[in-house]
Amino acid sequence: MATINWYKFSSPTVFYPLAGRLIPWFAAAAALLTLVGLYIGFFVAPTDYQQGEAYRIIFIHVPAAWMSMFIYVVMAVYAGLGLILNTRLSSMMAAALAPTGALFTFIALWTGAFWGKPMWGAWWVWDARLTSELILLFLYIGFMSLYAAIDEPRRAARASGLLALVGVVNVPIIYFSVRWWNTLHQGASISFTSAPTMAATMVTAMLIMALAFWTYTIAVVLARVRCEILERERHSEWVTEMLDSGE
Amino acid sequence: MSEFFAMGGYGFYVWGAYGVTALLLAAEVIAVVRRRRSLLVRLGRMKRMVTEVQVEDETKA
Repeated sequence: MATINWYKFSSPTVFYPLAGRLIPWFAAAAALLTLVGLYIGFFVAPTDYQQGEAYRIIFIHVPAAWMSMFIYVVMAVYAGLGLILNTRLSSMMAAALAPTGALFTFIALWTGAFWGKPMWGAWWVWDARLTSELILLFLYIGFMSLYAAIDEPRRAARASGLLALVGVVNVPIIYFSVRWWNTLHQGASISFTSAPTMAATMVTAMLIMALAFWTYTIAVVLARVRCEILERERHSEWVTEMLDSGE
Repeated sequence: MSEFFAMGGYGFYVWGAYGVTALLLAAEVIAVVRRRRSLLVRLGRMKRMVTEVQVEDETKA
């Protein structure tokens, strides 16, 4: 049986060139999936009988909201690994994920406002779903500020890592808020336990856009973690050698 | 065509949502690309300074 040494990939020296090779593939996949997803979303999926054309915001709103939660969990896992195993790359990954997570949280709130205004008559309501998503945005901002405020990288990683871990409790609160409380926000259109309550082409467009956002996130985060690696390891020999070789 | 952009009267909301999303994602990509470029310039400058100091040391010695 072939054994893969997974620890090898936690070394920035190995991960840096690997990430560099993966970025173009994920970027191309993101572009292609976006084109296909938007085509189906705007030209194939039918008009909603209740909401007219306004519902088409769903194709970016729901995937962005999913990403905002997924990225937070992945970030917290990396932060946790960094705290337990003390691997350098883990905290760099957590730091690289945070800005994209914050961005998708903002997009979820923004597109939600542009959907809420025509449907509910309000840009914003203090509903459990909306409020917990806003708290998620503050958690991301808190994580990034704390990381940036402490000069010593290891201490910065520890402090912000703890914050990321504590904040994880907010994610199930967001997800289940529409069930636990009587919210204005509608319930899940897709769940693991029941058939989707939307037309098949609508679901397809939404899932393809979710994949597009996933691949986009991977490409951007890999590019950002490469910057983190270069900044933190700039005095090490392998970075000097790589710069010498003209990369 | 104009019917498509009107989005059944919801054009402002649909394009307001999509437009800002596209703008923000594009801005993020540009920010990461710029960060990498300026970082490489800075590292290159740092390296040249180190080499110059080494050369000076050698000529003194």
